[in-house]
Amino acid sequence: MKSEKRVIPIKLERLSSLAPAQRTTVLEVCVRMKAMPGALLPILHGVQDALGFVPKDAVPLIAQELNLSRAEVHGVVTFYHWFREDKPGRQVVHLCRAEACQAVGATELEAHAKRTLGVDFHGTTADGALTLEPVYCLGNCALGPSLMIGEQLRGRVTPRRFDELMQQARASQARSPA
Amino acid sequence: MSAIKLYVPCDASALAVGADETAQAIAAQAQARGIDIQLVRNGSRGMLWLEPLVEVETAQGRVAYGPVQVEDVAGLFDAGFTRGAEHRLGHGLTAAMPYLKNQQRLTFARVGITDPLSLDDYLAHGGYQGLANALLMEQAAIVQCVTDSGLRGRGGAAFPAGIKWRTVLGAQAEQKYIVCNADEGDSGTFSDRMVMEGDPFVLIEGMTIAGLATGATRGYIYLRCEYPHAHRALNAAIATAYANNYLGENLRDSGRRFDLEVRLGAGAYICGEETSLLESLEGKRGQVRFKPPLPALQGLFGKPTVINNVITLASVPIILARGAEHYKNFGMGRSRGTLPIQLAGNIKLGGLVELAFGATLRELLYDYGGGSLSGRPIRAVQVGGPLGAYLPESQFDTKLDYEAFVEIKGMLGHGGIVVFDDSVDMAAQARYAMEFCAIESCGKCTPCRIGSTRGVEVIDRLIAGEQPVKQEAVLRDLCETLTYGSLCALGGLTPYPVLSALNHFPQDFTKSPHAVAAA
Repeated sequence: MKSEKRVIPIKLERLSSLAPAQRTTVLEVCVRMKAMPGALLPILHGVQDALGFVPKDAVPLIAQELNLSRAEVHGVVTFYHWFREDKPGRQVVHLCRAEACQAVGATELEAHAKRTLGVDFHGTTADGALTLEPVYCLGNCALGPSLMIGEQLRGRVTPRRFDELMQQARASQARSPA
Repeated sequence: MSAIKLYVPCDASALAVGADETAQAIAAQAQARGIDIQLVRNGSRGMLWLEPLVEVETAQGRVAYGPVQVEDVAGLFDAGFTRGAEHRLGHGLTAAMPYLKNQQRLTFARVGITDPLSLDDYLAHGGYQGLANALLMEQAAIVQCVTDSGLRGRGGAAFPAGIKWRTVLGAQAEQKYIVCNADEGDSGTFSDRMVMEGDPFVLIEGMTIAGLATGATRGYIYLRCEYPHAHRALNAAIATAYANNYLGENLRDSGRRFDLEVRLGAGAYICGEETSLLESLEGKRGQVRFKPPLPALQGLFGKPTVINNVITLASVPIILARGAEHYKNFGMGRSRGTLPIQLAGNIKLGGLVELAFGATLRELLYDYGGGSLSGRPIRAVQVGGPLGAYLPESQFDTKLDYEAFVEIKGMLGHGGIVVFDDSVDMAAQARYAMEFCAIESCGKCTPCRIGSTRGVEVIDRLIAGEQPVKQEAVLRDLCETLTYGSLCALGGLTPYPVLSALNHFPQDFTKSPHAVAAA
């Protein structure tokens, strides 16, 4: 039998099936930050700030850029509560569950929030406006219960005040659609 | 006539109750009335129940009004508050208010008084005197000064700062690091946040001094991402410090280098544990490291690293400025200096109180805090964050001192006091402590990772009245495993809130679903 040159079948994996715009964003963030020591967290923040989440398909791309395994990047994304793999609603509401807020009614507020928004934690409202996330302390412990809408901190949030804030958030979204 | 100086805080807690809206309303009213004002956005004075607290500069001093909501602004102008006139929201001279007057503010000396982002303000109020002194001292002398001051880590572990610094100074390496632990995740604590937002230069100065003392040329502030306001303040202050040669390759033309940058965490409580924080800074999962090696010898990227809490580092400038003796003269026993105490939760007059160690819990809860917000009796307080013990009324005479708290099986931690009134269900709090541990466990060691979940289940069965004697025995046994078998303080201290709730409030654990609540 004629000896043939053996070819080891290395399949080049497709790096990701990200939409081109997202891919450009992820690469831009990687290129800008990858020289930093310990660059992975800053990069993940950069991607989430730009896209609102860290798409699963961005993981192989980031891994390749940083010369890490996909498992390492996946491990980091899933370890930290702040990073999300699914697209959130137009605004994220972080509701404090910690003790100081519990002492002034956070547990009741949590129930109210879930009921009125019709979601559990990590869920997004049916209209795509708001995603509800738990948070363990916003550093506003003397004026609880607290929540943060986007980067806006709010204190002394009663259920009624909560409804007002959610209404305002939706109204502001309607004025300036993302 | 020169412009009237008005102060409206930019502290996140003040913003949370409408400080921005109040500031805008004041500016609009002043313009409409043709009154020339200069609006300064200061840090918070720490009287958070009065936020937004508006201050007016008068010949006698600053006069306080609060809480000022948008709808109060026109009335304040009508009453002539720009001249310091009386008004129902007026509190007279800010500095004479009892809450502030009796405090001993060393670390918080400037917070609420200055414009946090003004380097001129910082310098005019004694800023960078510590660095100026440090630049004239030998490295060992700076370390000795910090050691002599008795300063202990304010993050919770209370390890003497000078000893940590000495270890790093003595270590040989081409690169050393200063890392500031600004992952203030404990519920009931906000002093780090208030310093970073209200006086960011003091932290920069403290870290710079630490760098000079130990030979570290690079610093990182590991900030929790839940603090976007502090993030902006720190970045702005760092840029100003670079622009004015207080940071960089030849700071103050001393030939010494110190570079500083902020890194954001990502919502993991465990990253407040120092080795886990270092892992996170390196871009990894925040899993706890075994010790030894100590971070002082093999810390960030394997290099000698000073890792201190915000308040620890922010206390360094005044120690270098006024001397170790001055700082050491405050406090009691082995707890020297002052502690910024945070009154939080169900408290009427919540806020920040900086006092020398030694005040009792009762003084803080009633003399400063004014009792509960709800007006009901205070039933329990949790001191030291989610891993701190729940203390009943019988322990309110405990002095705020690291050793005194160890004696009652509690911990002073970061100085946060969370108040609960008599409507609290202590079994629910104990359950939450286990639940929190389960959510936040890094997963490296078994007692914490699995024990916390088992803990929730056992407490659920105990509360449900299923073989309660047996469940309690299992719970106590589990807590022992967590205490002695966990790698770090998260698993190791979670039994504190659980057992203190069980020991001091056993009646809350014995309600069966059919029993009618005693109250």
